This record gives sequence, C-alpha cells and structure tokens, in this order.
Amino acid sequence: MSRQIIVPFGPQHPVLPEPLHIDLVLEDEKVIEAIPSIGYVHRGFEKLVEKRDYNNYVYLAERTCGICSFMHGMTYCQAVEQIMNTEVPERALYLRTIWSEYSRLHSHLLWMGLMADAFGFENLFMNAWKTRERILDVFEQTTGGRVIQGSCKIGGVRRDISGPKLVEMAQDLESIQDEIEDLTNVFLMDSSIKHRLKNVGILSRTDAYQLGAVGPMARGSGVDIDLRKTGYAAYAKLKFEPVTETGGDCYARCAVRSREMFASIDLIRQAIGKIPDGPVDVRVSGMPNGEYFSRCEQPRGELVHYVKANGTKFLARSRIRTPTLTNVPPLVKILQGCELADVPVIIMSIDPCIGCAER
Amino acid sequence: MLMIEKQTTTAVEIGKLIGQVEEFRNNGYRLVQIGCTKAGDNFEINYSFDKAYEFRNLRVIITQDTELPSITGMYWGAFIYENEMHDLFGIAVKGMNIDYKGTLIRTTVKFPFGMPVSGPKEESP
Repeated sequence: MSRQIIVPFGPQHPVLPEPLHIDLVLEDEKVIEAIPSIGYVHRGFEKLVEKRDYNNYVYLAERTCGICSFMHGMTYCQAVEQIMNTEVPERALYLRTIWSEYSRLHSHLLWMGLMADAFGFENLFMNAWKTRERILDVFEQTTGGRVIQGSCKIGGVRRDISGPKLVEMAQDLESIQDEIEDLTNVFLMDSSIKHRLKNVGILSRTDAYQLGAVGPMARGSGVDIDLRKTGYAAYAKLKFEPVTETGGDCYARCAVRSREMFASIDLIRQAIGKIPDGPVDVRVSGMPNGEYFSRCEQPRGELVHYVKANGTKFLARSRIRTPTLTNVPPLVKILQGCELADVPVIIMSIDPCIGCAER
Repeated sequence: MLMIEKQTTTAVEIGKLIGQVEEFRNNGYRLVQIGCTKAGDNFEINYSFDKAYEFRNLRVIITQDTELPSITGMYWGAFIYENEMHDLFGIAVKGMNIDYKGTLIRTTVKFPFGMPVSGPKEESP
C-alpha cells in the first residue's frame, strides 16, 4: 500500500470563485477520500428572521445568492403566498418565469466562463462572459438591478415590463441564441475540452438518485428531475421537457447546461408570446400563520425555502436548502478514486455556489 | 391556491423514525432535505422526501439532550444534513457514516441556532 498524504484544496484556489475547503487524502496521485468543510462565508441569514419582518425578509432572501438572486426571492415569496393563500396575478407569474429563465441563462453562461477558465481556455471564458453581459443588461433595463434585481414581492412583482420592451427582448434573443450556439459548439466539440471532461468524475444514475443529486448534476446522469414540472410560476402553461444526458461525467453535466440555455430561450419566447395583460401584484394584508416548503428549479437544481410563520410579523423559521449543499455528497462520492489533476474540473462541474450553500 | 404541488407532513416518534425512513427508501423516494426548527424548548426536525414530485415529510420532535439516530445507513448523502444540524443546532446524531465532528460548518459562535448555553464561552474550532 502506498503512503497516504493529505493535500488541502482551497479555500483559496485558482479555480474556486468561492471559498470551499476539501482535504484530499491521496495515495500517489489518486484521491482516496475527500473531506469537505465550509463556513468561511456563513452569514446567518436564517437567524435574521428574528429581526426582519416577513416583507423585509424578501430583500434578504434574494441576497442569498448573487447569481440566482431573483429565484431565491421568488421561492421565498411563493412560500409566504401559499401560507397566506394569496392569489398572484397571472401577469406577475409570467414575469417571474421570464426573469427566472434569464437568471438561468446568466448562471449557465457565468459557469461556462468559469469552467473554461478552470481548464485554461481564456478566450472561451471571455466570450461566455461577453454574452452574459447582454443578459445582465436585460436585467438592468427591466428591473434596475444587474445582480440583485429586487423585483419580486409577496403578492406579485414590483415592476412590469412594457409590451414594446418584451418585443425587443424577444428580438434580442435571436442574436443571443446565435452567440450561445457558437459558444456551445466550441464547448461540446473541441477535442481538448472533451479530453479534459469525458469519462471524468462519473456519477451513475443510481448514485445520482440515491445520493440526492439535483439539477444538471442529476440530469447529467439521466435522472430527469426538474422542479419546473411541478408548475410553479407560469411553467404549467409552457411546454418544455427536462434536458438529460446519460454519460454521468463532467462532459455530460456541461452538455446539460449547454442545452438548457436553448430551452430557457424557448421558454422566454413562449412566455412573452402568452403573457396576459393585467395587474402585476395584489395587496397582501395580515400576518402569515402556517408553514410551507416552497421549491423551485434553480440553475444548479432544486432549491427549497421552508417558511414557518406564527401569526406575527416575524417568521418563526426560514430554512434555505440550496442545490449546492445537496450536491456535496455526490461530489464527495465522485472525487473518490479520481486523479488529483482532475479535482478542479470535477468540483467546477457541479457549479458550486458556496455563498448560497452557507447562507 | 397558487401552487400545484401537494405536501404532507406526518409526525413520527423518534423510536419509529428509522423504520419510517426505511419505508420511504424502499418505495423509491429520494431524500430532499433534513431541516431543524427550534420549537420552544424542543427541536422540530423535518425529513423531506420526493418521488415523482410528490413531496412528503416526516417530523420528529426532540429535546436538546436527545440523541438522534442517523439515517445515513439508508440515505448515504444524509450526512451533509446531519452534520449541518450538529454544527448549527448542537444536535447529537448517532451513527453517521461521515462525522466531521463539528468542522463541516465553521462558525464563530458555537451552535448558533441551538439553545442558549450558560458558562464560559468556548473557543471556535
């Protein structure tokens, strides 16, 4: 038996945009065990329900993540709306869907750039982020915020998008789609990228399901879990099928995210085509009393906001279960037995968001 | 109602928790999350499962001194939630497949969501 050594990976590492520490137990160059630890950016969001009333907590919920901020706000609002039996206007549901899908485009393009950077493809990184800028511009034009949108509220949304702007957005999607096609062609066809990603970090379908993998991590292994199928926001009125791959490796997870961007563009087009006229919010009065587990499909997978209210303006509990947290056990599993040189791309292939996971 | 999804929550005694979880595992449910909520002097722990978008919860109520049995024998990935419960709430979980012994989530205040502890302040790890 070879001598075992422990190599600390992170919390600062060139491929890690956020602090995650993993002790890698190695035998020669092979990883025998991976022991993760987090806690570097724990912000105690859930504790703040004691100090922020349930309306103000929307601002905190959406600051859980700087990438899918809107979806955190929306999922939290859905929980409170369900508890208070609030009927959200249909136009607001469509607007939530549109912004959610733009968030997915933003997130996947951001990840694509980071992944390209992780395996040293600087040009692809810059091109991915160039297209991402166009998505952020849409956020800025429609919500006023590039990163934190602040457009979701309990009972609907704070801002409407005018008819001419929606038409302009639909037209812009044509050239955005062309740019994404160029990017994904390189990402999925380039031989050097395939060499780095194929047959690396394989997660079997059975393991993906049993270990609780979600999002592209699960769908890359053939598990077709996609919470949009539950029909929240306006998804019940739109046609789409979860994107799945069967390879289970880093390449399959990349392929899922690449194809999901086209599905998002299609969903935005459908939503723009079907969005009804009408108000974008309803007045919500009273205090919530009850509990609900609100779920949505974030770019990284299933997000859960558990809200428990006790009839006062302060919630009894807010529990945020993010997709990165639940993707840690599958990550630990696929790191076992891999080569040390593959660790960075395997970690990046789960699209970790540590800020989200720690709250 | 806004949401289409149906959710159920079933209260279960701690002694029957493992048997109930095993039933979910045998019926093909995936573990969505384990979450803890402080309820007065007790802790309320929700085990959430999903199968084909059917969302079901098991709920156990324990005191600070209760030792919770681990479900990692049935759901290997549950260690992440059980370690989290230990690190944030101070709940002792018995039989975890991977026990980080309080180092998964490094917090300045030990067990920030747990019961107030009197006595000298302990050093963070």
